[in-house]
Amino acid sequence: MRFTFATLLLLLSFYAHAETPADFQKQFTTQAQQENPAFTGFSAEQGQRFYSSTHGKEWSCATCHSQNPKASGQHIATGKTIAPLAPTANAERFTRPDKVEKWFKRNCNEVLGRACTAQEKGDVLTYLLSVR
Amino acid sequence: MTISLYRSRWWTLWLGTLLVLIAGGALADDDDDHDEGRIRPLHHAAWQQECSACHIAYPPQLLPAVSWRAIMNGLNQHFGTDASLDTQQQADILRFLEANAGQNRGSKNGSPPLRITETRWFVHEHSEELPADIWKRPSVKSAANCSACHTAAERGDYSEHTLRLPR
Repeated sequence: MRFTFATLLLLLSFYAHAETPADFQKQFTTQAQQENPAFTGFSAEQGQRFYSSTHGKEWSCATCHSQNPKASGQHIATGKTIAPLAPTANAERFTRPDKVEKWFKRNCNEVLGRACTAQEKGDVLTYLLSVR
Repeated sequence: MTISLYRSRWWTLWLGTLLVLIAGGALADDDDDHDEGRIRPLHHAAWQQECSACHIAYPPQLLPAVSWRAIMNGLNQHFGTDASLDTQQQADILRFLEANAGQNRGSKNGSPPLRITETRWFVHEHSEELPADIWKRPSVKSAANCSACHTAAERGDYSEHTLRLPR
């Protein structure tokens, strides 16, 4: 039974559409250009500020993902360990469109009380890719 | 004649023993899902993956179907956090939860519990010999954190063998 389950998961993981962080960055760029004709690019610095500050609500990204995105985080409510967010520390990050979309939707809602703009997502991703 | 009577008495004794064993087995079966603190592990990929993202995937057997429906229909405000799923996945997971939901998992006041910790069963199981501050310890955080003490909770093992109260 366990074997069947593992095989199924493996098949599912092949079936699921895999991408790279760079693909997401391209996608956010296209969206940002549509959202803002004056768009000039993403900034790791801006992304870091966004990541570690609160935005009118109780939590920031860093509250659960830790100030250091290369380190493991801890869910503020349940205490569950959260694997590192930076792709350099965790190769699974930013490879699955369904996951990226789901978590940005949930977490932007938690942190900002609204959806994130493409600029914000792109800045954060650029920051996450810049940490070495 | 005497011998065959003697034999037949033995036979009755054997039959009696057998009946007691069957009855015992039936009683034990009654609690099949919770054999000595073990909950029958279930497999459902989406349930496992989605529900264990923030906490352990709580066994469907621990709440009645009516509770699972209420929980799954309010995922955008899930105990203070946004745990929303796409509609297809939400329906898929709910079907699994309903199909494996528990019986007799009501709350004290009779209304459908929204938390496993509100069920009479949970309260009863956690009423003995626990330090008063156990749920508040930083290592535990809340009663929702089963695996803080039930170290093999993710395998459905809540028995005393794997129970460790953290400091």
